[in-house]
Amino acid sequence: MSGLVNALRNSQLPLEIIYLTASILFILSLKWLSSPTTARRGVRAGEIGMFLAVAGTLLHRGIVDYTWIAIALVLGTVIGIPLGFVHMTAVPQRTALSHAFGALCVTLVGTAEFYLRAPDVPKFLMAVLSMEVILGSLTLTGSLMAAGKLQEVLPQRPITYKGQNFVNLSLLGIAILIALMLVMDPSRTYLYPLIVVIPLIFGVMMIIPIGGADMPTVISLLNSYAGLSAAAMGFVLDSKLLIVAGALDGASGFILSVNMSKAMNRSFTNVLFGAFGQEQTTAAGKEEAKPVRSATAEESAAILAAANKVVIVPGYGMAVSQAQHKVRELYDALSKRGVDVKFGIHPVAGRMPGHMNVLLAEADIPYDKLLDMDEINGDFQQTDVALIIGANDVTNPAARSDTSSPIYGMPILDVDKARTVMVIKRGMSAGFAGIENPLYYLDRTLMLFGDAKGFVGNIVRELSGGGHA
Amino acid sequence: MELDLLSSLYVFMLAAFIGFEVIRRVSPLLHTPLMSLTNALDAIAVVGAIILAGELHEHHAVLARVLGTIAIVAATSNIVGGFIITDRMLKMFKASGSKKA
Repeated sequence: MSGLVNALRNSQLPLEIIYLTASILFILSLKWLSSPTTARRGVRAGEIGMFLAVAGTLLHRGIVDYTWIAIALVLGTVIGIPLGFVHMTAVPQRTALSHAFGALCVTLVGTAEFYLRAPDVPKFLMAVLSMEVILGSLTLTGSLMAAGKLQEVLPQRPITYKGQNFVNLSLLGIAILIALMLVMDPSRTYLYPLIVVIPLIFGVMMIIPIGGADMPTVISLLNSYAGLSAAAMGFVLDSKLLIVAGALDGASGFILSVNMSKAMNRSFTNVLFGAFGQEQTTAAGKEEAKPVRSATAEESAAILAAANKVVIVPGYGMAVSQAQHKVRELYDALSKRGVDVKFGIHPVAGRMPGHMNVLLAEADIPYDKLLDMDEINGDFQQTDVALIIGANDVTNPAARSDTSSPIYGMPILDVDKARTVMVIKRGMSAGFAGIENPLYYLDRTLMLFGDAKGFVGNIVRELSGGGHA
Repeated sequence: MELDLLSSLYVFMLAAFIGFEVIRRVSPLLHTPLMSLTNALDAIAVVGAIILAGELHEHHAVLARVLGTIAIVAATSNIVGGFIITDRMLKMFKASGSKKA
């Protein structure tokens, strides 16, 4: 047995083969994630790859002291377990927090690497190391800010001030300039702390103007940065495995960011520098109070029970009031009566990509009933009732027709094509962007005023109790 | 050194292309688990942190040990937490007609 250990310790080849195997497993892991039927196999593949790589590294011949490594591995596990068992509604902030942890790791390793190598750092290496550290630092504070906003420790409203974009871009520009000076002459070690500290500040400033509804894009973007910084770390350490994992993560974050931006009809720069919030006061103030039709739970239950086809459109409001389990009861009650119930999910509904799907899956709603915007939009014309629970801007028909609307051009769920539209909403206040939703004033629209969870619960009671008739 | 960097660039480029093609096919249904899974895989950075913390360094030995150790803690929590939550989420996705858990 000691012969095997010695052989492993004395050659780097077995370790490189282990890393290669891990890379293959990582790629397979993501490939299997493409379908819910194979997805859990993907997690297994990722775990095995990770275990092989870590175990192989621990047998790395250069390691002289295992004490601190062991302590750190245990401590990391102790912190990681509760983070793995958070409530499903807390997944967006948990994800943001894990981006911060990943970025912290990358920034610390990069920093140590710099001081170990300085002053003789080759130019290309210094450039990659700077990229690693700049991306790592801004992702660290940016993700912490995002997590704070999602956890509502920090105000969710975007905070804007004059010259904000100028300040932010200047900060980033200065950090890049200092990095260039270090590339020219890495012996100026006194400059190094600046390429950590300035991006740390930039990360905070970058998230300050961002509102809750922009979180899906921002989380995806931070995910991409975390991946790219890890890939840069792979260049610095000459680890192909890390380059592969970082590139996969970077690609994933990038694809999701593009999806989210498209779903809001906005560019990255617009999300990061656009401050949607500025439109608020003007758009909300000018409209007169127009009449709307409202309905009670009893009336809604009667309409739903008489329908053949119902599409439920969930939004962040459903997550806030934790209504997903009541929604499941509604789904059950209607399905039992032979009503065909489906869910229409907009890509940016909720606070991160796929947020609504996870909540509804948690409530045991079969995933084949959860349809993407493109899949469901053709169905609305044959739909009797579109029931909107806590979603607003993603159903706003002004995005299709009103060129002056700030969300004009954004792809929406065509709920207004359904025969009857029901909107569960606390009151008539405008959505996140402060934009009036003409949907609410249509003849076919019924406003159901109340808390999402309470109102859905009342409808379910009416349906199951047979009402008071 | 130069050649090493060049081959690293090849690896990065190919992995990025594979990443695009593979991840493009992931259903929007699973975008949240996708993010938590890639985050766990990304924590493979722990390998670099382990080497940093465990190797013998002539200069800056304390700095390397301290930063390396904190980095291991951060990455390990992502590995453990990331895999657990991804599996928990995926376990919840059931097709119509499949038995309730």
